[in-house]
Amino acid sequence: MIPEDMELLAALARQRAGLRIESDKTYLVESRLGPLARREGFESIEAMIAALRAHREDRLIWAVVEALTLNETAFFRDRETFAHLRDTLLPALSRQTRDRPIRIWSAACSTGQEVYSLAMTAADARGVEPGARFEFFGSDLSDRCLEKAQSGLYTQFEVQRGLPIRLLVKHFENADEMWAISPRIRQAVRWRRINLMADLSPLGKFDAILLRNVLPGLDPGVHARVIESLAARLEDDGVLLMGEGESLTEVTGAVLPVADHPGLFTRDPNFRAAA
Amino acid sequence: MKTCLVVDDSRVIRKVARRVLEDIGFEIAEAADGVEALAWCRAAMPDAVLLDWNMPVMNGIEFLRHLRQEPGGDAPVVVFCTVENSIERIRQALDCGANEYIMKPFDGDIITAKFAEAGLL
Repeated sequence: MIPEDMELLAALARQRAGLRIESDKTYLVESRLGPLARREGFESIEAMIAALRAHREDRLIWAVVEALTLNETAFFRDRETFAHLRDTLLPALSRQTRDRPIRIWSAACSTGQEVYSLAMTAADARGVEPGARFEFFGSDLSDRCLEKAQSGLYTQFEVQRGLPIRLLVKHFENADEMWAISPRIRQAVRWRRINLMADLSPLGKFDAILLRNVLPGLDPGVHARVIESLAARLEDDGVLLMGEGESLTEVTGAVLPVADHPGLFTRDPNFRAAA
Repeated sequence: MKTCLVVDDSRVIRKVARRVLEDIGFEIAEAADGVEALAWCRAAMPDAVLLDWNMPVMNGIEFLRHLRQEPGGDAPVVVFCTVENSIERIRQALDCGANEYIMKPFDGDIITAKFAEAGLL
């Protein structure tokens, strides 16, 4: 792929979705765009990019940008985070939030493993108040990821990455060569295509938002905007969950780290007035 | 160093599993069937057992039933590693005292993740 093509792709990905595409990652871009070029009927990736340049067709631009998103995910990624959710956060939310549903949003959910892990965790959390109602939301930029997430069907390889065997037995069934998540868990989640660069205010407020291991795939120039936009969607005592190694100190003052819980943030009270 | 007994009638599978488990810090013993595995356990109870289901002489589920009745036999963490991938089979293994379950084919990442899940890492 020639440098001019990489520059065009990087610019489109940044403008449309805030994605970071590094110019030396040609092999990564080619591996993600190859299947799309074939599906779209082009002889090569270069032919598809030439068509992009010539026609600037919005549908094809979005298909390319979606194909460039990172889809790395797994069930119960970072076990400590889910143990904290099960033992502390979800029970606390269920005590604080008696008069309305507890709303939890996986903001870049990829193929759904994270938000289904949340739903399974809530179903099994012992300290949750009886009668507590959870609403789980999964969103992603990629329609293809969301279709898979909504299907609740996973390969044998996928259910062996992070999912304890007792939870597989409890919440899944064999479905030909795949594994199907139970209707109870699947129906607990609502799905929506969301670009985190867009206005998020119509989504309402959430008690917890997860954006774990997503920032590294976004252009540094949009990090503050995305985090502040999510912070504005948090309830007053809501929490933002990032990856365990992710720090936001250098990004924005809109959220404050929670002591002794790497990756956990609350909204800065001073930011509240601005939101 | 923790010990793991790899029980599988395939020499190739034992060799692959040995390489993965040695890389994550286990000392390995091998057995080709349930009877041989029981003899190993009676001599020195391992910390973990990676266990195939279908084997000649004594299969994995029979071995597990015997193991859990041995003195100290409740201690090893037993991880099945088998082509048996129906939910009924998995339930049967858990009911017999298995701690985790790997469906073949596997790779190093799956073994590592399952051993971590079982509290061995």
